[in-house]
Amino acid sequence: MDVNEPFRNPNLAERLLKELAADPQPAVIMEICGGQTHSLLASGLDQLLPRTLELVHGPGCPVCVTPVEMIDKAIHLAENRHVLFTTFGDMLRVPGSNSHLLAAKSRGADVRMLYSPLDALALAEQRPDKKVVFWAIGFETTAPATALAVWMARQKKVKNFSLLVSHVLVPPAMRQLLSSPQNRVQAFLAAGHVCAVTGWQPYQAIAEEFHTPIVVTGFEPVDLLLGIHRAMQLLRSGCGRVDNAYGRVVRRCGNEAALNRIAEVYCQCDRTWRGLGLIPASGLRLRDEFAEYDAEKIFDLQSNHAAQTGPCISGLILQGLKKPSDCPLFSVDCTPEHPLGAPMVSAEGACAAYYHYKTR
Amino acid sequence: MCLAIPGRVESLEQQDGMLMGRVDFNGINKMVCLAYVPEVQIGQQVMVHAGFAIQIVDEEEVRQFHQLWQQVLDHTSDRRQER
Ligand code: SF4
Repeated sequence: MDVNEPFRNPNLAERLLKELAADPQPAVIMEICGGQTHSLLASGLDQLLPRTLELVHGPGCPVCVTPVEMIDKAIHLAENRHVLFTTFGDMLRVPGSNSHLLAAKSRGADVRMLYSPLDALALAEQRPDKKVVFWAIGFETTAPATALAVWMARQKKVKNFSLLVSHVLVPPAMRQLLSSPQNRVQAFLAAGHVCAVTGWQPYQAIAEEFHTPIVVTGFEPVDLLLGIHRAMQLLRSGCGRVDNAYGRVVRRCGNEAALNRIAEVYCQCDRTWRGLGLIPASGLRLRDEFAEYDAEKIFDLQSNHAAQTGPCISGLILQGLKKPSDCPLFSVDCTPEHPLGAPMVSAEGACAAYYHYKTR
Repeated sequence: MCLAIPGRVESLEQQDGMLMGRVDFNGINKMVCLAYVPEVQIGQQVMVHAGFAIQIVDEEEVRQFHQLWQQVLDHTSDRRQER
């Protein structure tokens, strides 16, 4: 049996929608993860939910929140002729201050799109003539993979492998959003696969401190409705606590083996998020014991503090303050073929989701 | 980016001291790193992200969920027919 099948059942979705409509109450709920934004729009749920319910789209798209200066660093590294630069496909077309990785590739840089960071390590072993750099991007879901790749590199004494680390962490960003005086979010759908690694325990303190319900939610249409349903129940009863609506994958304490490996390889650091600014302790960097695998230390990468310029309003979109359709450039000047901002490039960006599902 | 898909573990092996396994995704087979689910057994389903299993799927929970809701839905349609 496909374990996701029961969570695509249209009768069940209809039933849950009816229950939500039977007791309408205005609420603003944020789904953190860009994958959930896509699922909401692709399934048409955004049109079927009661009008009293507003879903706002959160900053859970790693491609969208990677700052321009980090993209510039990546391009600079990729253009080093000793470097074989590797990363996940999503990153290739994200605009830096004046170029993107794909353009660097067309100018002759050796840039490769990989499925797993272990493939980058294997590439380093096959190509001792090159310095293989993997751009470690993503949330807590992805950090265990890059942590194991660098740990294996040390075990196997592979010297021509390194990571350009720009991992970010979800809970500090949620705190930042909730602390903002402009915040409208009353409840969160927490990203299911981030929680598969971290567990739901780390969210308990946030839910209590800000008196905001947080429901761990999966990705199928019924998963989303179950998450919304529980969030509404918690809102109605005034409970600032965490509930788990993705029990088939998420346990209270997450994945211990993965968390241990992350802690061994990485430590927390401050990070700048595109659109959200500097968030204290919101990122991961390699521990000093792994300095010889840290691309930022091996290569001379000056940061030029490039500010995001131009009329793209992605910052407001990532904070849930505006919708992509509020952007004057949306689908006119900015399209997936000619993206002017990261949320239009990434498969998980809110602007791309609106473009694919709302303009046709 | 946080996309993870479920697949069934078909075989287990050690590679460079790391637990790996062949995982079937609806007919497509892939080698997946199982180092983070060391207790996994052949036949179990795992959620896979970027070549790594990040969690074992609780299939019992899925079965119970399915049964419970099937009852609720059947009950509702029975009542509709009675009317
Ligand atoms: S539509 Fe384009 S320009 Fe407007 S916010 Fe989205 S990515 Fe930026």
